[in-house]
Amino acid sequence: MTQRIVNDFSITVGTANGSGSQTSNVTILRALFKMGIPVSGKNLFPSNIQGLPTWYTIRLSKDGFIARRDEQEVVVAMNPNSFERDLASVVPGGAFYYDDSIKKPITREDVVVYAMPVKEIVKRDPNIPSNLRDLVGNMVYVGVLAHMLGIDVEKIGQALNFHFKGKQKPIDLNFNVINVSAEWARDNLEKKDPYFIEPMDKTEGLIMADGNTAAAVGSIYGGVQFAAWYPITPASSLAEGLLDYLPLLRKTEDGKNTYAVVQAEDELAALGMAVGAGWSGLRAMTSTSGPGLSLMTEFAGLAYYAEIPVVIWDVVRIGPSTGLPTRTSQGDLSFTANIGHGDGESIILLPGSVNECFEFGWRAFDIAERVQAPVFVLSDLDFGMNQWMTEPFKYPDAPMDRGKVLWEEDLKELNGQWGRYLDKDGDGIPYRTVPGNRHPASAYFTRGTGHDAYARYTEDAAPWEANMARLKKKYESAKQYLPKPVVNTVKGAKAGIIAFGSTNAAVEEARILLANEKGLKTDYLRLRSLPFTDEVAAFVKAHDKTYVVEMNRDGQLYRQLIIAMPELATRLISAAYSDGLPASARRVMKEILAKEEK
Amino acid sequence: MTETLPMAGTNIQVNLAGLAKADYRGLPSTLCQGCGHNSIANQIIAAAYEMNVVPENVIKFSGIGCSSKSPTYFLSRSFGFNSLHGRMPSLATGALFGDVSLRGIGVSGDGDTASIGMGQFKHIMRRNANMVYIIENNGVYGLTKGQFSATAEVGLNLKHQGLNPYMPVDICMEAIASNATFVSRSFAGNAKQVKELLKAAIAHQGIAILDIISPCVTFNNDENAYHSYAWGKDHEVPLHEISFVPARDEIMLEKEMEAGEVREVTMHDGSVIILKNTEKDYDPTNRAQALQILEEARQNNQLLTGLIYVDDNKPILSDQYNLIHKPLNRLSEQEMRPAPETINKINEMMF
Repeated sequence: MTQRIVNDFSITVGTANGSGSQTSNVTILRALFKMGIPVSGKNLFPSNIQGLPTWYTIRLSKDGFIARRDEQEVVVAMNPNSFERDLASVVPGGAFYYDDSIKKPITREDVVVYAMPVKEIVKRDPNIPSNLRDLVGNMVYVGVLAHMLGIDVEKIGQALNFHFKGKQKPIDLNFNVINVSAEWARDNLEKKDPYFIEPMDKTEGLIMADGNTAAAVGSIYGGVQFAAWYPITPASSLAEGLLDYLPLLRKTEDGKNTYAVVQAEDELAALGMAVGAGWSGLRAMTSTSGPGLSLMTEFAGLAYYAEIPVVIWDVVRIGPSTGLPTRTSQGDLSFTANIGHGDGESIILLPGSVNECFEFGWRAFDIAERVQAPVFVLSDLDFGMNQWMTEPFKYPDAPMDRGKVLWEEDLKELNGQWGRYLDKDGDGIPYRTVPGNRHPASAYFTRGTGHDAYARYTEDAAPWEANMARLKKKYESAKQYLPKPVVNTVKGAKAGIIAFGSTNAAVEEARILLANEKGLKTDYLRLRSLPFTDEVAAFVKAHDKTYVVEMNRDGQLYRQLIIAMPELATRLISAAYSDGLPASARRVMKEILAKEEK
Repeated sequence: MTETLPMAGTNIQVNLAGLAKADYRGLPSTLCQGCGHNSIANQIIAAAYEMNVVPENVIKFSGIGCSSKSPTYFLSRSFGFNSLHGRMPSLATGALFGDVSLRGIGVSGDGDTASIGMGQFKHIMRRNANMVYIIENNGVYGLTKGQFSATAEVGLNLKHQGLNPYMPVDICMEAIASNATFVSRSFAGNAKQVKELLKAAIAHQGIAILDIISPCVTFNNDENAYHSYAWGKDHEVPLHEISFVPARDEIMLEKEMEAGEVREVTMHDGSVIILKNTEKDYDPTNRAQALQILEEARQNNQLLTGLIYVDDNKPILSDQYNLIHKPLNRLSEQEMRPAPETINKINEMMF
């Protein structure tokens, strides 16, 4: 046997969608996490309920890298329809496990092959009802891998206990299959590959969560009072997270709700409802993905112009059109930045970790209400639907900012003299009242048509221009409330990298690869919001060249940057690509080097 | 916002809310002279005054179109939102959660409701949001200068478009099919009926539809057109004479009314809608009969008006949410943000 490779490889399982393999895969992921090994799991699944090929890829990294890797060292083939592809995907010298009921030729001699008699192993356990045999069959590879690689069976038990929420019957059923399978592997397989798993202590204090749950829980800590949504992959589990966690966190002592969640008839209505609720003084949100955001456009424009706070989560999938509904992307940036007809701009938050999905969940409401504007939060499928190890969620470190709202006593002090769109404070941000205010001077008439500082209808040129100029000023003022970019510099850096969102792990790793393999040291600015704050231009100015890494074809962030700082355009280089897969460091490096060599 | 309000103690007639009729007015109309919508706005003012509505307890809504401009012509002391074309229902649905003690009054048009907004219209019905939903129905697009709407009758001849080839949408039928809890049809030329229906609609809990034929004097008022004043006057068949009696008033029936001639519908708040039969006895709580009578009217080429269907006992939208009594938009940070100690529990719930 060649040298042992410990905690530094990828495992990929190929199954049929809907076969129940997700439980097995997440169980392995969680067991590795509990063993203290830095780990990540990516579900590469089709837009389908049952039958199409699906893959789950787990990366173990003793060095703490959690981006997906393109290379697969250990591959498990459970699906006859993807067998050839799975076999071809193993690196030379890698391990290939397969369900021996798949009668297909093994065409490679440079991999170690292990056949698993899945049906036979399952039959060994007389307690398994025949109708559940196929389902628990997926636990066979968990048990076999546990023995062959060295996964702690006790940690597998903990993972199953979590998954089945302590329900003993399914835990026992699955756990028994795993044990039987591990025993079978012990008795029948001879270890010939170099891949091993050993316990570490690198995940202590961390949690494992998905971005949609984090966003939902963060929104709840932000005091969300109203959410409207329409089901769409990959955003549905965000709203469902609200439905799961609101009852736990937001009931009064006498069991009353401080919130309402409405499933709307479409995304258009979902944002309509949220805008209505935001207008009437509630912390209101919706969550969707690209096709839904397209429908929301008209209300987004209204909220911009009528100045209504609302939070819109876009868990981005790859477009245009229906695109690949189950593949990730950062392709909604241009659309969001310029959403709606006519003049406009957008406040966009860009979480770069699952933890930030939580943080921006609550922070988005403070910004929306402070600025009286729609706030878009661009997450993506990779964050939203995959499990990530992350820092625990931190309780909000700032009190709520409800912005400039006038209630009865305020209006009394003002003798009822106020103007809804009057720039009283000189920051472009006006005052507002909300329905239910009983002061006789509280009411105003909101419209998407031309209005003056007192919300009166007007088609005159001067108030139109003045109002649009004030809106511009408001968005300038908004920058002070936005999350600043995170800048990471190294000595001797020759170039800069700007990126955002879920590519962060891949970019961090690519920087190390670039430095170690190519001698190219890079500084890194991780963007966390739009419009750009001053730090962004300063970063670009400080480097002769800055690569803009993003997961879309068109270089959408790159374009926003050169529009915002045309004098620096020649320093910016687009390293955009879009393949629908969670970013890998090698691909990011390749994109940068392709430009570097030009 | 800067208007001077009437001083207390001035010698003007006030209602039980302590308000004069002028307190219910809005800005001057910018619609055409003779537009049916103006007379409806006036009846809204009258009904709100007579119902002692506190303007601050009302939110006005509208979509886009001539009709949707009209919320500025009444109840200036109420919050209002002139939203997007066909999207009033969703906006109102969300807005009414801000303070569920408020009642919505929405004004839409036939294009706004039955064309671009049909989807949202039907969904606000089935959710039973707490608002009066008026459709000022003239069969035509006015602001864009006279195109057919979805309620235009087949064969309608318009100046620019010629003959309408399509069958019309019947808004009341759509409303009943979508489980609306108060459905009525009226005619802007029948001001008394409009007002009494409005009062009943305001008293109703949940969604209350008023499909009011409101002629467009500029683009669709030829005497043979279904939505014209002349046609309405000639073809209106009131189901009943309707009068609304608020809960506090004693019901005084006219002497000549005899049993079988009068039907009473008691509302949840104790108010009563008195329906004096015209041709035959009609029971507006019978959904099947409601659809049948609409179909008969269509076959007989009649403009059937009155209270077509009512069910005042269905839970309204906000009832479904077990909400805290205090208005949601007045909750404190403490009531909205979970306590600090909960965060550890949440982190433990993750893996």
